[in-house]
Amino acid sequence: MIPQDQTAIREVSITLPVRDDQLNSLQLGDAVFLNGMVFTGREGLYHMIFEKKAEPPIDIRTLGGATFHCSPAINESSPGIYHVPSVTATASFRFAKYMPEFLSRYNIHFVIGKGGMSSRVYKESFVPNRTIYLTTVGYGLGAIYGKGIVGVKDVAWKKELGLAQAIWVLEVNHFGPFMVECDARGNSLFEQGNDEINKKFLPLYEGLPIPALKRLGEVTSPAQEVV
Amino acid sequence: MYGTDRYEEFMEEKDVMIRAETILAASRELNTRAAIEIPKDVQQKVEKMASEETNPLSRYVLEKILDNYETAIKDRSPMCADTGLPRYYAKIGNQASIEGGMVALEKSLRQATADTTASIPLRPNRVHPFSRKDHNNNVGLHAPTVDYSFEPNVDWMDITVVHKGGLFGGEYRMLFPADGIPGLKRFFLDSIAEFLRRGMSCQPAVIGIGVGGTKDVCVRLSKEAACLRLVGDRNSEPEIARLEEELIDLGNNAGFGPMGFPGKSAVLDVHIEAAYAHTGGMPVGIQQFCYAQRRKTARFFPDNTVEFREDPRWFTPYYRRETID
Ligand code: SF4
Repeated sequence: MIPQDQTAIREVSITLPVRDDQLNSLQLGDAVFLNGMVFTGREGLYHMIFEKKAEPPIDIRTLGGATFHCSPAINESSPGIYHVPSVTATASFRFAKYMPEFLSRYNIHFVIGKGGMSSRVYKESFVPNRTIYLTTVGYGLGAIYGKGIVGVKDVAWKKELGLAQAIWVLEVNHFGPFMVECDARGNSLFEQGNDEINKKFLPLYEGLPIPALKRLGEVTSPAQEVV
Repeated sequence: MYGTDRYEEFMEEKDVMIRAETILAASRELNTRAAIEIPKDVQQKVEKMASEETNPLSRYVLEKILDNYETAIKDRSPMCADTGLPRYYAKIGNQASIEGGMVALEKSLRQATADTTASIPLRPNRVHPFSRKDHNNNVGLHAPTVDYSFEPNVDWMDITVVHKGGLFGGEYRMLFPADGIPGLKRFFLDSIAEFLRRGMSCQPAVIGIGVGGTKDVCVRLSKEAACLRLVGDRNSEPEIARLEEELIDLGNNAGFGPMGFPGKSAVLDVHIEAAYAHTGGMPVGIQQFCYAQRRKTARFFPDNTVEFREDPRWFTPYYRRETID
């Protein structure tokens, strides 16, 4: 399913909220560009909603169904006037446990972040909610993503969570590229890639000794490795 | 190696002392350039990788990395929104004199960090580890760090600024002479498995390896090796240089591309530094520096001219000396 023999990556532009037929047609490895509204959230947001049982002061259900695991580099030139020169995602696997409830309660169809989650999480909580996981590309492309942000539409929980963790509602135009890491069936691009890599990688260990002194906490076989 | 531009604006004919205001102004400029402008040696290597990569996913990522370098320079915005942890490396000539001494130097560097955190802006990444208190200026306890080395018979001072991420890519292992080079290779592969999957270290990366010394010394050397040598530079000891080449090869044939997609573009370079170790041990530190290589160097002359340089030239023959003098 990885576009092996294909020479170019397919680039797809989507205006939020996304239509069902568009969701179904997205394939692993497609590069998606978004137009409309995206809201940010990370530890602070999930903590407020799930540990403190608070409801966000803005209705995130109606924003277009795309959430972004990140904290933007926000520049407040004068009170209430924000500028977002660059933005980089944060690793998403930390938020996996909140996904089942979060996706259905807030009508989320795109989760954007870094590195993805496991296909088990996708199958259990993404597929039933018709949600696609999009990963940022390269992870350090702050300048390109910053260019896709037209402006800040709204901000919530700024006082409670601080600039980095607040819910930022960003108006975006040609915001991307984001790569389809989990498709509508819950397949994971990374997992498929890893299977392919392991065929080449694991044999390299042949003949290399395990460390003379094993120490607590050290993994001595690449097969035991977690991520 | 690459073009340098010489700033004469602080020139004052009879100066023999590098003035604090010169250091402050140039250090602000250093932080700005480091955050925004990719060094040419890195850019050229990524261009080469993009033209040779055959996996479409990996190639796409490399092309976007190149786009991003250009966008950052055009829009004067940081190449990565995680602007890392600013830190400094000072190489001070034995004949250099600095106005206000070392205390004034450190103050200028801390001031420049705070000033540019606001002006670029850099992300205020530095927080107290327990209270998570944030001064919003990247200054605090042991932040930023300044590392020092010295150079005989010269009257200039080099300041190199590095902005490096701090979460992934660093590892330490106490190996023993019995582990030898095969043990080192295994550690290298382990660290690749650990950090290249799903692209946690934002490869293609420069991998720095410090071998020998003590635990702290090999870790420090691995970081300096990752951050302070140009892509393409080989260690002056032929045996180490050969090992560097072997590991570059191993790293780029392990199956990984950028983001942990299948490919052959994972390692921009491998730089190894050695230090004399305890006769019974072979401690090793490994450090990866992502493709957003934020580094820039300025050389300060006693007449208060400043020359911005691409090559930190940190590992001088004197710095790598084995003899008493
Ligand atoms: S590792 Fe480098 S490119 Fe990746 S997010 Fe951190 S600073 Fe940016």
